Amino acid sequence: MKILKNAVAGTLESSDLFIQIEPDEKELTLEIDSVVANQYMDSIRAAVLETLKEFDVSTGKIFIKDKGALDCVIRARMETALKRGGVETL
Amino acid sequence: MRRTMLFLPGNTPNMLINGDTLGADTIIFDLEDAVSPDEKDAARILVRNALKYQSFPNCEVVVRINPTDTEFWKEDLKAIIPLKPDVVMPTKVSGGEMIRQVADYITEVEKAAGVEEGSVKILPLIETALGVEKAFDIASADKRVIGLFLGGEDFTADMHCKRTKEGKEIFYARTRLVCAARACGIEAYDTPFTDVEDMEGLEKDTEFAKSLGFAGKAVISPRHVDIVNAVFSPTESEIEYAHDVMDAIEEGKRQGKGVISLRGKMIDAPIVKRARQVLEMEEAIYGGACR
Amino acid sequence: MNKLIGSVKEAIEKAGLKDGMTISFHHHMRNGDYVLNMVLDAAARMGIRDLTVNASSIFDIHEPIIEHIKNGVVTGLECNYMGAKVGKAISKGILAKPVIFRSHGGRAGDMENGSSKIDLAFLAAPCADEMGNCSGKYGPSACGSLGYAFSDALHADKVVVLTDNLVPYPLKDTSIHEGYVDYVVQVEQIGDPARIVSGTTKITRDPVGLRIAGLAAQVVKHSGYLKDGFSFQTGAGGASLAVAKYVEEMMEKEHIKGSFCMGGITGYMVDMANKGYFDTILDVQCFDLKAIESIRENPKHQEISAMRYASPAAKSAAVDSLDVVILGATQVDVNFNVNVHTDSNGYIMGGSGGHCDTAAGAKLAIIVAPLIRARLPLIVDEVLCKSTPGETVDVVVTQRGIAVNPKQKELKEKLIKAGLPVKDIEELKQIAEDIAGVPKRVEMGERVVANVLYRDGTLLDTIKNVL
Repeated sequence: MKILKNAVAGTLESSDLFIQIEPDEKELTLEIDSVVANQYMDSIRAAVLETLKEFDVSTGKIFIKDKGALDCVIRARMETALKRGGVETL
Repeated sequence: MRRTMLFLPGNTPNMLINGDTLGADTIIFDLEDAVSPDEKDAARILVRNALKYQSFPNCEVVVRINPTDTEFWKEDLKAIIPLKPDVVMPTKVSGGEMIRQVADYITEVEKAAGVEEGSVKILPLIETALGVEKAFDIASADKRVIGLFLGGEDFTADMHCKRTKEGKEIFYARTRLVCAARACGIEAYDTPFTDVEDMEGLEKDTEFAKSLGFAGKAVISPRHVDIVNAVFSPTESEIEYAHDVMDAIEEGKRQGKGVISLRGKMIDAPIVKRARQVLEMEEAIYGGACR
Repeated sequence: MNKLIGSVKEAIEKAGLKDGMTISFHHHMRNGDYVLNMVLDAAARMGIRDLTVNASSIFDIHEPIIEHIKNGVVTGLECNYMGAKVGKAISKGILAKPVIFRSHGGRAGDMENGSSKIDLAFLAAPCADEMGNCSGKYGPSACGSLGYAFSDALHADKVVVLTDNLVPYPLKDTSIHEGYVDYVVQVEQIGDPARIVSGTTKITRDPVGLRIAGLAAQVVKHSGYLKDGFSFQTGAGGASLAVAKYVEEMMEKEHIKGSFCMGGITGYMVDMANKGYFDTILDVQCFDLKAIESIRENPKHQEISAMRYASPAAKSAAVDSLDVVILGATQVDVNFNVNVHTDSNGYIMGGSGGHCDTAAGAKLAIIVAPLIRARLPLIVDEVLCKSTPGETVDVVVTQRGIAVNPKQKELKEKLIKAGLPVKDIEELKQIAEDIAGVPKRVEMGERVVANVLYRDGTLLDTIKNVL
C-alpha cells in the first residue's frame, strides 16, 4: 500500500508529536527530530517503522517533530497520519 | 466506588497518560465534546492505544463515545471495545431503545473480538428533557447499565432555561434520576460543577447532590477532585459507627442474641447494609491504612 | 573624601583592575541584570584580559560573556547557578578552565574562610548615596533583599557600587554600608525592572504539579514537623509554591503558628506571614513585587545575607534551624542523589543555589518532581551530576508515589501508616520505565567543563563536556 496524499497528525504539545507525510513512489524518507533523541531515538524509529510495516507501506516521505511522546502515542499518530493519507485500514 | 468521575480530553496525550494520577475514582476519556470533528479519528486511535499499552491501576476507565445520531459512535465502539474499558458512556440518551442499540452493537464487537460478552458496562449520560422523563426506561433497558449520569448543561439548554449555580432548574431532573436509578438498584451520578475557580460553590453543590442520594459527581477540572472525593467519603464518625455496628453484631452472635442494639437503637438490616458500604469505602479509600 | 566616580571605566581604573584578577557580581537583578555585561564590556574595551568572574548566578541575559570568554577577556568562571544559554556554551567546552560551581552557602563560606578571593566586587544597587550606603528596597530597579551581595562587600579587596538611583547622604535604610565601599558609580540603568522581578508569582495550574504538591503537603503533615514553631522554605517554582498553599490550608485547619519562612521570597510567603502563619520572614532574595513591598515595610520581614542564610563556615546559619524545605530536581538517582545542574542530555542549565545547603540543614528535605517529563524518567541509576548528596535528601514525591530515603525508617513508617503511596525508589524507577521505556544512557565527553564543590568546599562531582 502507499501514501496517496499529503497528511498531518498530532500536535507540537509536550508528550505529543507532529507528523507530516507525503507520497513518494520510489523510496522511504524518514526524518525524525526529537527532544529525547539521545535517550529514545532507536525506539521512536522502531515504532514508526513497525507502524509502516503494519500498514504495508514501504515508500513515502515522513517528517516527525517529537516532543517526548510515548511509544503508544507515536504509533497512534502514525496510524492517524497514514489513514488520513489514504492508506487503507488493515 | 465512583465518588469522582474526571473528564479527560481524548486527544491530549499528556492528560491521558497522567489522568490516573489525579485522584479521581474514575476517569472518562472523552471522544465527544472535548474533541473537534476533524480530530475524531485521531482521538479514537489515541484512546485505543492508551487502553492498549498503558495500565491504569488506580482507577476505573470510562470512554465517552459520540452520540448515536452521528457517524462516529460505531467507529468509536469498534476501536475501543476490544480493549475492554470498564465502562462506555453513550451521550444524549433519550430512551431505552438507544441503550439497547448501543448494547447490541457492543455485544457484536465483543463477539467479533473474542471478548467475554457483557464485560463492558454502560453509564448513560442523560441530558435532554426526554431522557429525564424516560430515566426509568433507560435504567432498566439493559443489564449492562450500572448507573445514570445527569448532564446539566445540555439539559437546561433543552429546557430553555438558564443554568445557575444554585441549580433550582435541575432539581427535578436530579431527583427524578436518583429515583429511577434506585428503582432499578443502580447508582446515580451528578452533573459537573462548571465554575472551575469557585471551590466553596463546588462543595455546597456536591453536598446538596449527596443529600439527594447521588453516589458521586463528575468533574471537569482536576482541581475539583479532592473536594468532591471528600464530600462523598464517609466521615470519621460514620466509619467509627460502622465499625461499632459490625462489632456489636459479632458480639451479639457470640452471645446468641436474636435482637442486637447499639447506643439504645436496634440494629436492623438497612443499618448493617449501610455499615458494610461504609467499611467497603473505607477499605477502598484508605486501604485499611488509617486505622 | 569623594567616592563618586563618573564612569564604570574610571572605577575600574581607580580600583586597579588588572589582568588575571577575580571580579564578583551578585544576581538580585536576575535576568534583568545590566551590571555584569556593562563591567565586562568596559574591561574588554580597556584591554584587560584573563579575568575570573565570580557571580552568584549567571542568567541568559549574560550571554555576551560567551564572546568575552572566546576573546580571552574572561578565562575563569565561578557561580552557584548558570542559565541554559551560557550553560550550553560551557558544556560545549568554550572555556579551557573548568567552571567552579558552589552553593549559595558555600560561596559565602569560601569567601569567609579565604579560599575564594575576590579582588574587585561590583554591587548593583537599586539605591545608594554618594558614600556607598546602599539598599535594594527602593528605586526604579528595586529588587528587595541584597542578601547574596553581603559576602562580596565584606571580603573583596575593593568594592564598587553601581546605582541608577543616587540619593542624598545618608540613605535612611541601609543594607550594605559605606564602611565596605570604595567607589560609587551612577549609571543610567542597572537592570530591566520587568525582568528583575515577576509582577506576581503564580501557583501552578498544571494538574500533575498540583497533585505532587498535594502529596508533598501530606508528607509535611504526617512527618510530625507541622506544629507550632514550624519553619519552612519552598521555591518560587509553580509546584513548590503549591505545596505552600496546601501547607497553609493545613495550618489554618489545625491552628498552627509557625516560626519562620525563608529563602527566595514570593508574595505567597508574604501573605502567609501576614495572615499569622509565620512570625518572621528571612529573605535572601525577593522574587516578586509583593515581596519587595513587604521587605520595605514589614518589620517581620528581614533581609538576611548568604552567610546568615546558609554558610557552613559560620558558627550557625538559618538553614540549620529549618524544619522543612521543598526542592526540585531534574534527575534523582536510586541513592537519592539529586541533579539540578544539567538537563538530561548533560547540558548545564542550573546549579545548586541553596539546594544542597537547605537539604543539609533542614530536618526534612522533600524533592517534588513529576516522575516523567516529556518521556524522560526522573529516577535514574546514576545522576549526570551530583548536585546534592543523597544522604541529605529525605523524601522524593512524584505523582505516582513517594520514595523515602531508607535511612529515615521512622518517617517511612509514619507515611505508610497515614495511607500515603510510599514506594521503594527502585519501584518508582521501574514504574516510569514501564510507561516511557528504558532511556539510553547519555555518553558524555572526557573533558571536565565544571567542578561542582559541595558547601564545605570539597569536590562533589565534575561535569563533562557534551559531545
